[in-house]
Amino acid sequence: MKLDARIPAGPIEQKWDKLKFDMKLVNPANKRKYKVIVVGTGLAGGSAAASLGELSYNVEAFCYQDSPRRAHSIAAQGGINAAKNYQNDNDSVFRLFYDTVKGGDFRSREANVYRLAQLSVNIIDQCVAQGVPFAREYGGLLANRSFGGAQVSRTFYARGQTGQQLLLGAYQALERQVKAGTVKMFPRHEMLELVVIDGRARGIIARDLVSGEIEPHVADAVILATGGYGNVFYLSTNAKGCNTTAIWRAYKKGAAFANPCFTQIHPTCIPVSGDYQSKLTLMSESLRNDGRIWVPKKKEDTRPPSQIPEEERDYYLERMYPAFGNLSPRDIASRAAKRVCDEGRGVGPGGRGVYLDFADAIRRLGRQTITERYGNLFEMYERITGEDPYRVPMRIFPAVHYAMGGLWVDYHLMSTIPGLFVLGEANFSDHGANRLGASALMQGLADGYFVIPYTLGNFLAGVKPGDGITADHAEFAAARRAVEERLRRLLAIQGKRTVDSFHRELGHIMWEDCGMSRHRKGLESALGRIRALRGEYWQNVKVVGEEAEINQALEKAGRVADFLELGELICRDALERKESCGAHFREEYQTPDGEALRNDAQFAHVAAWEYAGENASPIRNIEPLEFEYVHLAQRSYK
Amino acid sequence: MKLILHIWRQKDRQSPGKMVRYEVQNVNEHMSFLEMLDVLNEDLIARNQDPVAFDHDCREGICGSCGFMINGVAHGPQRGTTVCQLHLRHFKDGQELWLEPWRARAFPVLKDLIVDRSAFDRIIAAGGYVSINTGGAPEANSLPVEKTKADLAMDAAQCIGCGACVAACPNASASLFTAAKISHLALLPQGEAERERRALNMVAQMQAELFGACTNHGECEAVCPKGIKLENIARMNREFVQAACLHREPARETGGA
Ligand SMILES: Cc1cc2nc3c(=O)[nH]c(=O)nc-3n(C[C@H](O)[C@H](O)[C@H](O)COP(=O)(O)OP(=O)(O)OC[C@H]3O[C@@H](n4cnc5c(N)ncnc54)[C@H](O)[C@@H]3O)c2cc1C
Ligand code: SF4
Ligand code: FES
Repeated sequence: MKLDARIPAGPIEQKWDKLKFDMKLVNPANKRKYKVIVVGTGLAGGSAAASLGELSYNVEAFCYQDSPRRAHSIAAQGGINAAKNYQNDNDSVFRLFYDTVKGGDFRSREANVYRLAQLSVNIIDQCVAQGVPFAREYGGLLANRSFGGAQVSRTFYARGQTGQQLLLGAYQALERQVKAGTVKMFPRHEMLELVVIDGRARGIIARDLVSGEIEPHVADAVILATGGYGNVFYLSTNAKGCNTTAIWRAYKKGAAFANPCFTQIHPTCIPVSGDYQSKLTLMSESLRNDGRIWVPKKKEDTRPPSQIPEEERDYYLERMYPAFGNLSPRDIASRAAKRVCDEGRGVGPGGRGVYLDFADAIRRLGRQTITERYGNLFEMYERITGEDPYRVPMRIFPAVHYAMGGLWVDYHLMSTIPGLFVLGEANFSDHGANRLGASALMQGLADGYFVIPYTLGNFLAGVKPGDGITADHAEFAAARRAVEERLRRLLAIQGKRTVDSFHRELGHIMWEDCGMSRHRKGLESALGRIRALRGEYWQNVKVVGEEAEINQALEKAGRVADFLELGELICRDALERKESCGAHFREEYQTPDGEALRNDAQFAHVAAWEYAGENASPIRNIEPLEFEYVHLAQRSYK
Repeated sequence: MKLILHIWRQKDRQSPGKMVRYEVQNVNEHMSFLEMLDVLNEDLIARNQDPVAFDHDCREGICGSCGFMINGVAHGPQRGTTVCQLHLRHFKDGQELWLEPWRARAFPVLKDLIVDRSAFDRIIAAGGYVSINTGGAPEANSLPVEKTKADLAMDAAQCIGCGACVAACPNASASLFTAAKISHLALLPQGEAERERRALNMVAQMQAELFGACTNHGECEAVCPKGIKLENIARMNREFVQAACLHREPARETGGA
C-alpha cells in the first residue's frame, strides 16, 4: 500500500495557502450535479454538510439518532482552543501548534497540526457569527479559561456545555440547508457498508432504523464523520450508540486504519459504582483549573476526607509535576492516578478513586464564582453520586474517552480509498499519541468548515458527475446482499448470551490488558481471548426480534460484532509499537522515574494497518514522521 | 430493591398499543432509571421476549434523546433531570410505576416508548439560525455583547429538544421549545437582522406541525430538564406580535447590468 500524505512543499506557514491556490475549482453551475454523502452529523459532519450545501453541492447526510442535534459532540463540556491571544499571555498560532505536537508526544504530522492551529481563529469567528453564546467578560468581549497541557489561557467555552452550543450552531446551519434543499437529511439511518467501484468510493448501504429497509445510496464522494470508537472498551464517556461500524467497514474495503492503539484515558471521570453500569460520566478537565487532586499519604486510609489533615494529604500532581501541576496532560494525570491507587492510596469503594477538591478554590473565590464556572458539572456530579461537591471533594478516576487513532488520511483528509474522506474523531487526525483538552472540537470544526470544502472541490473537479454509476450496479447489489446476510445470520444464531454480555467481556479484556498500561504478555493473551470471544459470539449470541422493524438489539449486535474485530487490531497495534508514547504506555519501555520512553529511531512513524482478508494477518504500513519545527525531545511537564 | 412497572408496548406506528406489567428484581438505588430498564431488557431477551424500545444515547442529560412519562410526569419525579440522569434512590422499594411515551398529535409513537420528534427539526429549519455562510464571519471580538444578555441567551440556548414540554402541556404546545430558540437568537446582536422573519416563520411552522396553542398552564416549565423559563414564551409572543405588525419582506433582487 502506498501512503502519500500529499503534504504541500514550502515553509510550514505557507503550505495551506499554497495548496489552496493550487487546487482545482468546480464551476459553480456544476456543483449541484455532484452528489456527496456525509455520514455523521456531529461537529465534523454537521459543519461539513452545511458548508458543502452552502456551496451548492447536492448533499445527503446520515445519522443514527432521531435528529442531527443529538450527535455525541453535544456532550463536550469544557471548551474549544483557539490561538486568538485575547488574554495577551503570549499565545500564537506557533505556540498552539507547538503545544499540540508536544502534547501528542511527537506522533502527529506537523503540517496538519500547523494548519489546525491556523484555522482555530476562524472557527471562533464563525461560531460567534452564528450566535453561539460563548462566555463573556463584563466588557462584552469573549472570556477564556486554561486547559491541560498549556500554560496560556486559550480555551473558549459556553458554561459547561461548549460542545452542545457548537453543535447546535452547526446543526442550525445544517437545517438551514435542509430547508434550502441542498442537503437531504436521513436521521435514524445507519451506514452498514461502503461501496467501492473501480477503486473509488461511490456510495454506501444504509439501514433505515425505523422500517428496517436496506437502502443503497450512490454518490461522487463519501465523507465519514462518524466519531470515535471508545466503546470498544464497553465502559467509556462516549454515548451508548457510538460505534466503529462505518470506519471498520471502510477498513475492510481498503482504507488504512492508523494507530488504533492510541486511545485516550481521561483522568477526571466519575468512578464505576457497580457492574450494572452502562457508561461513565466525564467531569470536565476544566475543573482542574480550580480543583486540587489528592490522595491520603497513608495506605488504606478510610477516614472521611474532612478528617485528613493537610499534612497527611499528597497533592501528587503538584508534587510530581510542579510546572504544570493539576493541569498536566491527560495521559500523565491518568497514569499518576492509577499509580497512587495501585499503591493502595486510592479512595472510595474498591480504592479506585482520587479526590478532586474545591475547598481551597471556594475559600479563595467564593461559592458564587465556582457556581458560575462549574455549576452544571457540580449538579451533574450530585445527581449521579448523591454527594454534594461543594461540601465533600469529588471522587474521580480515569476512564476511556477519545480515540486518537482512526482511518488514515492525507493532508486533504482523503483516506487510502480515492473519494473517501474522513473527518473529526473518525480519522487518525492531528493529536498524535495524546490529545490535549479542547482540541477535538477545534479539529472537528476545522475539518468540516474550513478544510473539506476546498479539498473535496479539488477532488470532484477531477471526476465527472455520476459517471454512469447507479444503484443497479453489481457492486451495490453485492454490498446489499452482504449486509442482509449478516443481519439474518445474527438473528438466526439464537444462542444463549445477550449482546451486552459479550460487549462487557470484551470491554473487560481491553481495559485490563490494553488500557492505561500494557505489556507484551498481557497483549498476547488478550489477542487470543478476543479471538475466542469472537468465535463464541457468532455461535452463541442471542438477538431477538425481526429485521423489518425498530430493533435496537439487532443494531447493537452489528456494532459489537465490529468491535470484536477492532479490539484485536488495537491489541495488535499496541503489541507492535515497542515503545511508550503518550497514551500508549508499554511497561517494558519507561524511564527510571516511570515516564513514557519513546523510541524515535524505530517508531517515529504512523502505523497504518491494511486489511488483508478474513483469515490473514493485516499488514502494518508505515508513514515516517519528520519533525522540522518542533524538535524531538522527551516531554517534560516538571 | 424491586419495582413493578407497567410499560406501554406498541409494535409500530400502525399497531394499537397496551400497558404490560413487569416486575424487576435485584436492582439497586445507585442505578439510573435507564440502567434499571437495561436489566429488565436483558431479562426479557433471556425469556425470548421483545425488549422495551426507548430512545437514549448520551445518558448524561445533554443529547435530548431520552424521555418518557413516569406516573404521568415527563422525565419522572426529580426536577431539572432527564430520565437518563434519574437514579433509583428517588424511588421506594416495591413501588409501582407507569411508563408511557410522550403523547402528542405532532409526536406519533414509533414503537413502545419511542416517538417521532422530527417536527422539532422542521421548526428549527423554518428559521432557527443566523443566515451566514461559512467563511464570511467578522473577527469575533469586533462586536461586544453585554454579559447579562449573553447569559440570558445561554439560558435559553440550553434547551436539549427532548420534547418533555410538549408532553406535559395539556394542549401539546411546542411553545417553550420554539420560544427558547427565538429568545436565544433575539437576545444577541448576531440574531438581530433576521429577528422578525425568524419569529414569523418559526411560529407558523409550529402551527403547521399541529402543536396546540399556549394557554399559560406552565406545565412545560415545571418538567423542563434544562430549566427553560416561561418568560421565553412572553418574549416569543412579543417578537411575534411586533413582527406581524412591522415586518416587510425585502424587495427581490434584480439582475445587474
Ligand atoms: C463527555 C465528553 C466530553 C468532551 N469534551 C470535550 C471538550 O471539552 N473539548 C474538546 O475539544 N473535545 C471534547 N470531547 C471530544 C469531542 O467531543 C469529540 O471528539 C468530538 O465531538 C467528535 O465529533 P465528531 O463530529 O467527530 O463525532 P460525533 O459528534 O460523535 O458524531 C458522530 C456522528 O456520526 C453518526 N454515526 C456514527 N456511526 C454511524 C453509522 N454507522 N451510520 C450513520 N451515522 C453514524 C452519529 O449519528 C453522529 O451524527 C469530549 C468528548 C466526550 C465524550
Ligand atoms: S424546552 Fe425544555 S422540555 Fe422543552 S424540549 Fe427544550 S429542554 Fe426539553
Ligand atoms: S440519553 Fe441523552 S439526554 Fe438522556
